[in-house]
Amino acid sequence: MDALTIHRIHFAFTVTFHYLFPQLTMGLSLLIVVLKTLGLRTGDSHYNDAARFWARIFGINFVIGVVTGIPMEFQFGTNWSAFSRTTGGVIGQPLAMEGVFSFFLESTFLGAFLYGEDYLGPRLHWLSAFLVFLGSWLSGFFIIATNAWMQHPVGYTLDSAGAFSLNSLAALLTNRWLVWQYLHNMTAAVVTGSTAMAALGAFYLLMHQFEDFGRTFVRIGVIAGLIASACMIFPTGDQQGRNVSQYQPVTLAAMEGLFDNQRGAPLVIIGQPDVEARKLDNPIAVPDVLSFLTYRRWKAEVHGLTEFPEDQWPDNIPLLYYAYHIMVGLGTIFVAVYALAALMIYRRRLYETPLVLWALMLLAPFPYIATTAGWMTAELGRQPWLVYGLMRTAAGSSTEVSAGNGLFTLLGFMGMYSVLSVLFLFLVYLEVQRGPGGAGHHEPVAAAAD
Amino acid sequence: MIAIYAVLDGFDMGVGIVYLFAARTDAERRRLLASIGPVWDGNEVWLLAGGGTLFFAFPAAYASGFSGFYLPLMMVLWLLILRGTAVEFRNHLVSPVWTPFWDVVFAGSSTLLALFFGAALGNVVRGVPIDSAGRFFLPLWTNFALGPNPGILDWFTIMLGVSSVAAMTMHGALWATTKSGGELQARVRKIANGAWTGVVLLSVVLALVVPMTLPHFASRYAAHPWGLVFPVFAMGSLVGAGTLSRASQDGRAFLCSCGYIVGMLVAAAFGHYPYLLPAIGSQDGGLTILNASTSSVALTTALFWFVPGMMLATAYFVFAYRNLLSGAGEPAERRA
Repeated sequence: MDALTIHRIHFAFTVTFHYLFPQLTMGLSLLIVVLKTLGLRTGDSHYNDAARFWARIFGINFVIGVVTGIPMEFQFGTNWSAFSRTTGGVIGQPLAMEGVFSFFLESTFLGAFLYGEDYLGPRLHWLSAFLVFLGSWLSGFFIIATNAWMQHPVGYTLDSAGAFSLNSLAALLTNRWLVWQYLHNMTAAVVTGSTAMAALGAFYLLMHQFEDFGRTFVRIGVIAGLIASACMIFPTGDQQGRNVSQYQPVTLAAMEGLFDNQRGAPLVIIGQPDVEARKLDNPIAVPDVLSFLTYRRWKAEVHGLTEFPEDQWPDNIPLLYYAYHIMVGLGTIFVAVYALAALMIYRRRLYETPLVLWALMLLAPFPYIATTAGWMTAELGRQPWLVYGLMRTAAGSSTEVSAGNGLFTLLGFMGMYSVLSVLFLFLVYLEVQRGPGGAGHHEPVAAAAD
Repeated sequence: MIAIYAVLDGFDMGVGIVYLFAARTDAERRRLLASIGPVWDGNEVWLLAGGGTLFFAFPAAYASGFSGFYLPLMMVLWLLILRGTAVEFRNHLVSPVWTPFWDVVFAGSSTLLALFFGAALGNVVRGVPIDSAGRFFLPLWTNFALGPNPGILDWFTIMLGVSSVAAMTMHGALWATTKSGGELQARVRKIANGAWTGVVLLSVVLALVVPMTLPHFASRYAAHPWGLVFPVFAMGSLVGAGTLSRASQDGRAFLCSCGYIVGMLVAAAFGHYPYLLPAIGSQDGGLTILNASTSSVALTTALFWFVPGMMLATAYFVFAYRNLLSGAGEPAERRA
């Protein structure tokens, strides 16, 4: 493998692993605010116990999110030095703003939230939960501002040496791409958080354990999950799709597996792209729908891949196509399951219907797969560019770091992250076994082994 | 910003270094961890904020430095991961097998981090074989000598690494004296005093070695002798830290230790100015604050959010240290 491939896998692996954790903390931070609000308004300690339980899960996630996040900021310099040298004058700012405006806020008030419940009293404790939520959502905003600039660069100047520098922070932070990508991403984080909550609630109900809490978790998870998964599709997914069709039409064609220009282009549900033969095998498609979604006209013409020079095609079209279809397929399933569960809540039958509880419980891993596929769509779709239309990925890596040195640290991260995964699953399992509420929640868990 | 990071994360790293030796029982160890529990990840944020600031203000220096120091930086990342997980997971799991395991991981990674950060400072002031495009790549070691073919580790950078471990040990132990009582306090105070002796010796050696090994420091201080107030201030603080600690004035001794670290780093920054990363083998090559910075429009924009942002961050810190670490000596039991 050449050095460029190693650097790409290095970043892809570390960022994919990293993002498994913040998506849950961002989603849960909102749901913890909901629980604390219910606790404050009803005066019922049940909701505070529930919030405390989720704070423990949040804490484990948060720490892994922090320790796997630091390598992300470092890797711009270590593995992508040519990119950093050229664009640091632009993307350095949102990245530094994340540190200054959200990390300080988040880490300080997470400390207050975890350690200060007795000291702060109910209102200030609610406020610290809210500030943790604000900090984590701001953090997502600045990261996506950075990514949105790479997808659709705005507000910059290029000097004679070919280096970018920022000339309008306002343009950078109001980028049309940023607005929809951010909302799409954050609603996805809420789906992950809601699904974790609903799935655990369903598990408790099926186990006949902590059933009070199980009902609360299922109810809040299902309601939040239904709202968020519906917003994933419309308006955020729809608008983000229109961004892609407007600013990255070649990416849209690759996502949809559309090789030739077509009037009344169909929406492909399943099929395997054959890039060599320039066609889609075994397609199952709904006619005219892609044209309508893109241009709001059933018979509009959609550009196919062959319309564009081949050196501007994304370099892994099949993977991009599958990632996109997995994301959309799972998103549709989420809406269906949540709509059914919400209907059952409305009819007051959900908690006694094991089949739907099973469905909710088994849903747990799928938001992670959907968000990973979504980010793969965004990042593979951006190829072959690092900064869309301006700087190619091949021009951005650290040429001074050899393939051998890169592989050394890639293997190191793989080993370390495998250990982290095992630890994470084990600790979450212990917390789930221990459950919410009850005595002794100030003490650490005693391992089964002792 | 780097100085703030050193002072803040320095004490929690130092607590990690003294942790195994000073605290013998689980209760004592819990107490030491509680003294850094609510603030350690906030302290590490200063490292991230410092890295981010370097990135946007001096993209060329960030790019050259981070790719050139590739291997040691990756190891620092691994150590930070180990250390963070050790602190957190120890709290979630009480077990006769795993608790001591996390204790060793925590202490070991803290010590190595202090060593690496010292060595990193050594590399930056010593300079690197940077080419005209601003690129270099350093192996971990070559022949351990200063010269045209340097590695990350040579006798000079190792010496700075050891000094850093000694200074962080003193710093962390002094912090621990302010947050503990009884036998534990007596033990950490003893460690603080021992480390203090080491720091004094190493500082004297550094004062002799630096002017000989770093010509740009020597000429900078010769041209601007008033800058000598910084190293003198550092030495004064160091004397103060030792005297006050022996008089059991722990809070003030800790403040003096902060003064020592800030003084030493400012002295280094003053001597190093205007270089960010000097090239080895020439007096005027390398990256300076002028040729590595981004456009002035971008920097002016940044000033508008950076100053209020840092004021906010400072306000959070005052809040955290006032409220969450109140009741010195009583371990604030962790809720999570």
